[in-house]
Amino acid sequence: MENKESNNNKVTRRDILKGLATVPVLGAFGYGMYKKWNLDRLRHNSIAQELGLSFSDDDEAQSPVVSDGKTIRLGIIGFGIRGKQLLRAAGFAHPSVIDDWKAGAEKNPSDRRYADYLAQDNLNIVITAVCDLFDVFAEEALQAAANINRTGSDGKMVQTAKRYRRYTDLLAADDVDAVIIATPDHWHAQMAIEAARLGKHVYVEKGLTRTADEVFALRKAVKESDIIFQLGHQGRQTDSFHKAKQVIDKNILGKISLIEVCTNRNDPNGAWVYDIHPDGSPKTIDWAQFIEPTNSHPFSLERFFRWRCWWDYGTGLSGDLLTHEFDAVNQVMKLGIPHSAVASGGVYYYKDGREVPDVFQAVFEYPERDLTFMYSATLASDRFRGKIIMGHDANMEMENTLLVYPDRNSTRYKKQLEQGLMSPDKPMITYIPGRGQTDAVTSPTEQYFASRGLLYTYVKGKRVDTTHLHIKEWLDCIRAGVQPSCNIDQGFEEAITAHMATIALRENRKVFWDAENEKII
Amino acid sequence: MIKKHKTFSNTQLTVLVVARVLIGWYCLYEGVSKLMNPNWSSFAFLIDSKGWFAGIFQSMASSSALLNVIDFMNVWGLIAIGLGLILGLLTQVATVSGIVLIGLYWLSHPALINVKYMLAGTDNTLWVDKNLIFIFLLVILLVFPTGKEIGIDRILFNRKK
Repeated sequence: MENKESNNNKVTRRDILKGLATVPVLGAFGYGMYKKWNLDRLRHNSIAQELGLSFSDDDEAQSPVVSDGKTIRLGIIGFGIRGKQLLRAAGFAHPSVIDDWKAGAEKNPSDRRYADYLAQDNLNIVITAVCDLFDVFAEEALQAAANINRTGSDGKMVQTAKRYRRYTDLLAADDVDAVIIATPDHWHAQMAIEAARLGKHVYVEKGLTRTADEVFALRKAVKESDIIFQLGHQGRQTDSFHKAKQVIDKNILGKISLIEVCTNRNDPNGAWVYDIHPDGSPKTIDWAQFIEPTNSHPFSLERFFRWRCWWDYGTGLSGDLLTHEFDAVNQVMKLGIPHSAVASGGVYYYKDGREVPDVFQAVFEYPERDLTFMYSATLASDRFRGKIIMGHDANMEMENTLLVYPDRNSTRYKKQLEQGLMSPDKPMITYIPGRGQTDAVTSPTEQYFASRGLLYTYVKGKRVDTTHLHIKEWLDCIRAGVQPSCNIDQGFEEAITAHMATIALRENRKVFWDAENEKII
Repeated sequence: MIKKHKTFSNTQLTVLVVARVLIGWYCLYEGVSKLMNPNWSSFAFLIDSKGWFAGIFQSMASSSALLNVIDFMNVWGLIAIGLGLILGLLTQVATVSGIVLIGLYWLSHPALINVKYMLAGTDNTLWVDKNLIFIFLLVILLVFPTGKEIGIDRILFNRKK
């Protein structure tokens, strides 16, 4: 017994063998890992690095560095849905909005809207002037302007703004350096031209103008002035589009023959059936002024609040939503104005008396680039279709994430496809904003989250609102005296393109752009 | 002194050790692949939590400092558990740690009726899911320990003072 005990205490050869019996498993594991790592490395190197892409998050700020830090005195014309969003993005949310956010955060700790808002940069501006033709909105604009401490309705308000009943008076005011125009489209040109004449910097929402003629007049006015002009395509700040430009510039897709962009929405708000405010009436709305630059019409609450549904005030799917898609591709591919446009569509779902189609298609030709740009939209189906750029060697899906898939019959990637380093059903390049990496193999989960914007929250510690960045870029440019990314030349291309489609639809004909004489024919 | 290996037949011991090594391999690769992916974070998994403790797991994801700790513990925890099980090194500690860690996965992603996860697996589950089975396999390894038979624990713990 004692003998056995002491035997037990010694480590025998048998103990060593049994003790280390499973160690060879690690050898197999290591071998497997090495093979896999090698393959991944090969795949990664052969695609992203060989193609010379450098996707880092650093170039997020496009704004010029020079800035004199001067406080800019801002006026806002139009405080409807978009006006409220713009002022909020600039740092002046209406107190009731903050009340909502706070309540939301109390109920649900993952509701970070208020925290993200507080984390936003202070843009060093003061709101000195507001103008809206509806008394309730004008009053709300004053309240938002006074919310300088970014608090709810229990906070301390400091009124800095004055209400103007006419935009001309607002623009003429000495304490207005710059103006945000967020009115219906039929007012854009007139207001922006007047602002340019008075030397006030302009941020105007898209679509640039209601008519094609106004585009020329507005461009002339801006060019003749010294103002800093920004068109409200916040997609200019979208990280993935900047990376997409690298992909295009490096000709990774090969010869591009077709670009397909789309709009799909399926709710009344998305179809411009906006709420009619209960206090709206001829007493609270300056209707006479509202219809001043367009065709006369008797007072109508529907037309005032849902103006996008009528050609007298809006520009339809073309001006409202095609422009976003076009500008996204234009900033990436420098498409410019197309040679021709055809369009079709109709009022197929929202038979509420509107004139503007809720289903709309437009096809633009670029014979000099050998490609077609196609837009397709419906306001009565939510089926997601992304922006797709189709090349001979690869195609690119361009949303918040970038996905580049090699083409099965690519000439350039033939070898890699044969070697199994690439596969047509796997993205060869994936870019997820905020991740700072380009990777040939990224999990579908990551893509899923990024497409919903969840990754921004984690990586940057805050969600970055592109509209905030777009306004910030404009203000920084004003301080530095340079033009921003969506300047009047970019706006000109966007607006002419959109108007060509609208004219093609309304006149039911093919419309051409005479580039030499700068004329739509 | 009761010699435990006498309680297992050779077949039983082989089956148990193979099971231990397979589970260890799985954990080890989960850990190593996370380690090698610079993009990996537990954020997505945590924020996707459902069920009874979803709030707690989601709040973990909202703090980036805490998230770093969780990421670190996850990666190195999985690697340590994996190595422990494969090598039979501190086997019981590794087994219990595995039960705790996978228990947390299970609590954050219970297979409830009508709950859909964004990180959808390909399996169809009702109440019982892979994590739960995994936990139970580890419990089996815990009550039928083999580290002191086939494993480094045999060398470490047979040496009595």
